[in-house]
Amino acid sequence: MPKKEQSLWEKITNNAVFYTLLSILFGFLVGAIALAIAGYNPITAYGEMFYRIFGRPNWRSYAFIEYSTPYILTGLAVAFSFKTGVFNIGAEGQFVIGAVAAVLVGIFVPAPAVILIPLCLIAAMLAGMAWGAIVGFLKVRFGVNEVLSMIMFNWIAYYFSNFVVNLKSVEVGGGKTWTKLIQDNAKITFSKDLIAKLGFSPKAHAGILIAIAAVVIIWYIIDKTTLGYRLKAVGFNRNAAVFAGINADRNVMIALAISGCLAAIAGAIQVLGVNYKVSQFAGQEGYGFNGITVALIGNTNPWGVLLAGFFFGSLKFAGTRFGPPSEVVDIMMGCITFFIAVSSLLKEVFTHKPKGGAD
Amino acid sequence: MNNKNYDLNVTTVEMKNIVKMFGSFKANDGIQLTVHKGEIHAILGENGAGKSTLMNILYGLYQPTSGEIYINGQKVVIENPNKAIELGIGMVHQHFMLVPPFTVTENIILGMEPTKSLGRVDFAKARQQVIDISKRYGLNVDPDAKIEDISVGMQQRAEILKVLYRGADILILDEPTAAITPQEIVELIQIMHNLTAEGKSIILITHKLKEIKEAADFCTIVRQGKYINTVNVDDVTEHDLASMMVGRNVEFKVNKKDITPGEVVLDVKDLHCLDYRDVEILRGFNVQVRRGEIIGIAGIDGNGQTELVEVLTGLRKATAGSITMNGKDAYNKSPKELFDMGVTSIPADRQKHGLVLEFANHDNMVIQNIDNTPFSKNGVIDRKAIFDHSHDLFEKFDIRPRGAEGNPSGSLSGGNQQKVIIAREVTNDKDLLIAVNPTRGLDVGAIEYVHRYIVEQRNKGKAVLLVSFELDEVMSLSDRIDVIFEGKIVGSVKGSEADENQLGLMMAGGGAHA
Repeated sequence: MPKKEQSLWEKITNNAVFYTLLSILFGFLVGAIALAIAGYNPITAYGEMFYRIFGRPNWRSYAFIEYSTPYILTGLAVAFSFKTGVFNIGAEGQFVIGAVAAVLVGIFVPAPAVILIPLCLIAAMLAGMAWGAIVGFLKVRFGVNEVLSMIMFNWIAYYFSNFVVNLKSVEVGGGKTWTKLIQDNAKITFSKDLIAKLGFSPKAHAGILIAIAAVVIIWYIIDKTTLGYRLKAVGFNRNAAVFAGINADRNVMIALAISGCLAAIAGAIQVLGVNYKVSQFAGQEGYGFNGITVALIGNTNPWGVLLAGFFFGSLKFAGTRFGPPSEVVDIMMGCITFFIAVSSLLKEVFTHKPKGGAD
Repeated sequence: MNNKNYDLNVTTVEMKNIVKMFGSFKANDGIQLTVHKGEIHAILGENGAGKSTLMNILYGLYQPTSGEIYINGQKVVIENPNKAIELGIGMVHQHFMLVPPFTVTENIILGMEPTKSLGRVDFAKARQQVIDISKRYGLNVDPDAKIEDISVGMQQRAEILKVLYRGADILILDEPTAAITPQEIVELIQIMHNLTAEGKSIILITHKLKEIKEAADFCTIVRQGKYINTVNVDDVTEHDLASMMVGRNVEFKVNKKDITPGEVVLDVKDLHCLDYRDVEILRGFNVQVRRGEIIGIAGIDGNGQTELVEVLTGLRKATAGSITMNGKDAYNKSPKELFDMGVTSIPADRQKHGLVLEFANHDNMVIQNIDNTPFSKNGVIDRKAIFDHSHDLFEKFDIRPRGAEGNPSGSLSGGNQQKVIIAREVTNDKDLLIAVNPTRGLDVGAIEYVHRYIVEQRNKGKAVLLVSFELDEVMSLSDRIDVIFEGKIVGSVKGSEADENQLGLMMAGGGAHA
């Protein structure tokens, strides 16, 4: 078929970003309806929401650092697994395992910051990699569906964490259900002067830099390396990859290990930068599951995930304090995810493209 | 053997001046088609000539930009396939529309399930209906087999049964013989004659001239979306049809120079392996391929060819026997090890095994060699090297459209997808080329091209193992033909002395060793 010049409109309607933005717009519209039903003026409510995100240095650092960092990383974990044809629904458990590994090293290993912080992160990464790779192993060796085993592994991680938190040598004591605090040497904080200059509050932690570095590294792996090439080949067409001599089983395990590693870093940062401890869970916290939403909003592209993580994290933060119930933000996110999921339908509406081509 | 069941007084399908635009591209440009009751009407054209588009319009998948359609004399608008089915039109697509994990019966009744009380599906009745129809038209299928487990030929019969089950009077068969064996083709033509004898009309989309001569009454030729002619098949030769189709003179013969084969490259001895049901399918298979020769494996689908190729390419483990490549042990090695030992192949299913359709063409060009210089260094890809390599291959192998190196392989036509694979495998420059149904679904021009490259590999002193259900292809290319039946070689003849009847007999298990 001869190629014809695309008009500007066609270029826009063929671009995935257009549908993401459209979905976000729809999400806000549905959120506005929910707000109106709940008796709030949507325009003032949204105005307040944005004010709560951008209005003060303190709020900005909550929105874009404390709340966004874990979602960027778990979103990246899920996006990476999508790119390689597996579905990492186990980011939740990997997050928890990463947090446990980091907190244990952070409490018990005596070392200066320059050694201790990397050690905490490495421990978390190894734990997350193992947690992901075990699932990969079960999948390739015994054909266990990764979605099922990961949901199980999420619960194993959850109860394992609660078990560790309540160990005599780990718990803080005094009837409290959390661990001892990590040593000051293990905390990741910015230099106070620098952070104030950038317009954030002193409480902001350096985890965001790790998250951004992870985005760059994952983008590089996917786009520029033979590893990424092989992972994508297996993800798109396992048969052709195997036929071409690529070891698909090995690549599935690598993909899940890397994905698990990313989610575990998120858990570690939450410990080293925000909580300084791990508490006994009353329920799953949802960092991993929300990573799925972030990955979808980010169109499974590392840079997209970075933006989506900021978007998701900041709205999550604002949702807790802009007045109306925070569930409004959850409704919006649900709608955005839904509209993105059906965006192929939206695309048909916009481009009037019949299925298939000539012949 | 012509049909002649048609009644020129009763017109069942009439399409007038059909124009179909995709954007600014005219896929159909004023096409006429008239089909009578009991007639087999072939539509002949190259890939991309607009045959499928025309049939998709008749089946309600596309709306024509302009033009009129009459069914049984009534002017109709066919908004969707349901309307087409209502009008008695049934279509068997080239790419089967079957649900792989479902059984044959479940696929056939899908959407028209006979029910018992409370809306439960009456599987016993459905199964019996399927058996009845398959008996009536001689379409032998196992109603309980899962689609994903059966051969392409079987899948096609299930597709035809599906259409018959829906009571179609006008059947559109899109490339029905692209994948099936010569015997199955003979059976299919017989079935088509049975159907027309009952007053059904058949529209046969094909680019196989021999079948048109054997089966069809009339033939409409389209080229680049334009109507060329409608001819009575008795009045024309295959050569006439081919020339009308491509618009130039076509060479059928493959030019092969005489060369003496060299040392043995592939040596397979007493090979055994199991199929998906764990039933032994290769039972003591032997073959030798030497440098500078093409060994053709002829046989009916399901006699172990698929499994043989899977074992030779490392996708399936053999259970006994020996395989050597250039004297080195190649038994049950991985695909990567075999590739490194000198095995390349043109797979039977180019979209499943040959290409990652979502990948850009330049990425597909280096799928086995991504770890090698110049395509990557220390695990980092060199995009420019890959692109330049791919650009060279596009030129050298005449892959179209030019400039599509960066587009997904899925956007190429079937013939050009095959060219990408051939360019890649030929450039790999390995000692053994295994070609499996290499011209499946391709048009005359592309077939000519594929055959030329296969013979060129032989002439360059490579060993070629050709596994094909196309007897004509095996006969015209092979230096020696080995006939496979029930998992072993039952006969072997020199290519130049091969005789279709003798081969056919051996393929059916009745042959003497030659």
